[in-house]
Amino acid sequence: MQQLPFDDDLGAPVPLRPWGRWIGATVLILFLAAVIYVFASSPNVKWSAIGQYLFSRPIMNGLLMTIRLTAICMAIGIVLGVCAGLMRVSANPVLNGASWLYVWFFRATPQLVQVIFWFNISLFVPQLYLGFAVVDTNTVVTSFVAATLALGLNQGAYMAEIVRSGIISVDPGQVSAATAIGMNRSQINRLIVLPQALKVILPPAGNEFISLLKSTSLVSAISARDLLNEAQSIYQQNFLVIELLIVASIWYMVLTSLASLGQYFLERYVSGGPVMASDLMARIVQNMAPLSRRMVAR
Amino acid sequence: MTGMVEVRKIHKSFHGTPVLKGVDLSVAAGSVTCIIGPSGSGKSTLLRCINHLEKPDRGRVYVNGQLSGCRERNGVLYECRPRELCLDRRKIGMVFQSFNLFSHMSVLQNLTVGPVTVKGEDGAAARAYALELLERVGLAHKADAMPSQLSGGQQQRVAIARALAMRPSVMLFDEPTSALDPELVGEVLEVMKALAAEGMTMIVVTHEMGFAREVSDHVVFMDEGRIVEEGHPDSVLLKPQHPRLQTFLSRVLG
Repeated sequence: MQQLPFDDDLGAPVPLRPWGRWIGATVLILFLAAVIYVFASSPNVKWSAIGQYLFSRPIMNGLLMTIRLTAICMAIGIVLGVCAGLMRVSANPVLNGASWLYVWFFRATPQLVQVIFWFNISLFVPQLYLGFAVVDTNTVVTSFVAATLALGLNQGAYMAEIVRSGIISVDPGQVSAATAIGMNRSQINRLIVLPQALKVILPPAGNEFISLLKSTSLVSAISARDLLNEAQSIYQQNFLVIELLIVASIWYMVLTSLASLGQYFLERYVSGGPVMASDLMARIVQNMAPLSRRMVAR
Repeated sequence: MTGMVEVRKIHKSFHGTPVLKGVDLSVAAGSVTCIIGPSGSGKSTLLRCINHLEKPDRGRVYVNGQLSGCRERNGVLYECRPRELCLDRRKIGMVFQSFNLFSHMSVLQNLTVGPVTVKGEDGAAARAYALELLERVGLAHKADAMPSQLSGGQQQRVAIARALAMRPSVMLFDEPTSALDPELVGEVLEVMKALAAEGMTMIVVTHEMGFAREVSDHVVFMDEGRIVEEGHPDSVLLKPQHPRLQTFLSRVLG
């Protein structure tokens, strides 16, 4: 039998070398380099045009419009979604049914159709009666209003399902306890259920927000002057199609990246953990440490 | 009288399956009643019918001598409006098997949220009383902790304090120690004993025969949705008459 060692310090094992990851990373970097090379070396793309248009006035206006549309539609979506989500889990069959119908209808029809439909609502309701005055529907429902209505109502339907999933994730015991101390339905929802549902609601809601950011580009169909539409109207004059689509895409990427970052902090805040950007950096540094140590040793 | 509970001919079915089949129960003010019985006998449902967490299909509940959860007009029983129901429930505190502390609130907030939002109490007064209650259950030093940082026994003691914060006249306990590690059962039972000694009316669904013997004034044995035997703990637990109670006790006491 082998003699077992007896000592105060029995040594730490040398960590395994992650060869597979290094090979994988190398392949990935080479592949990305190849893709970038193919695109960057193309003689058919005028790269200077991208820099030229990136901060141009019409693009900036379009960007602002896209941000405004997204913010307003998301706000409408959250309000409608919370209402419809709560209605959907209500014991009241009328509220429940109404919410089901709303969600069904807006998820069952294409978003683009809804956008065009709202823009043409005057075909069904030519005039609006505002109590004191009668106005032409078309003067009220501009392309911006139509876009907000369409995307906001659509967003609400999707948010309703997300809110519902958050609500049913909350332990029913929480509702029993709140009921037992005499809270009414609205107090239970406001103080107990929704705050706890938030943790489950946030990740998919962030996803919806990012999806909405890009869905706003559908409004070019009714010539609302959003980011994509501005890019399109420029390339219809100078034929720099790809260049301007890249310009628009860069801005969409910037916006979605900012949204993801916001989502990260919101989730951290809701889960009760400390909100620190340095955490992410710390993790990266920690993961890099063995590599840098090896390089120094060499 | 404050703290008196009368349950009259309560019936309750779930999806056509009868769970309570005409239960009568009288609980004197300031007394401790333990409900024992095999699982599925309707003990918890009876408890939840008393504060209308479950609506009884038939029958009546009187708390402090007043009809609770329903109103009677011209000899006809009417369901309460939600607002009246909330008012009726304030008189009844409840403690659950799984504690059900509000997990997103601190211990102190768990105690003050009811008095402040439901009864409209002043925040400072509610906090002062909450701290006093936490002192009584031995957890004043945990006022700012989150429920997840507490042991099961501590959580259940907070849950008892939370129910007391509403100043109820009756306390319902639904198997308060069943979810606890054995070594934590004692601390919760101690708090309950102290509460009983102060004269709180308590209705306790429990498997703790020792507690039932020692603390209760009245023991009720339920089986298959009916009260089969009831009486003084010594007679019910030591000289059981009904064969089903005899079998139950021999199983529980080993």
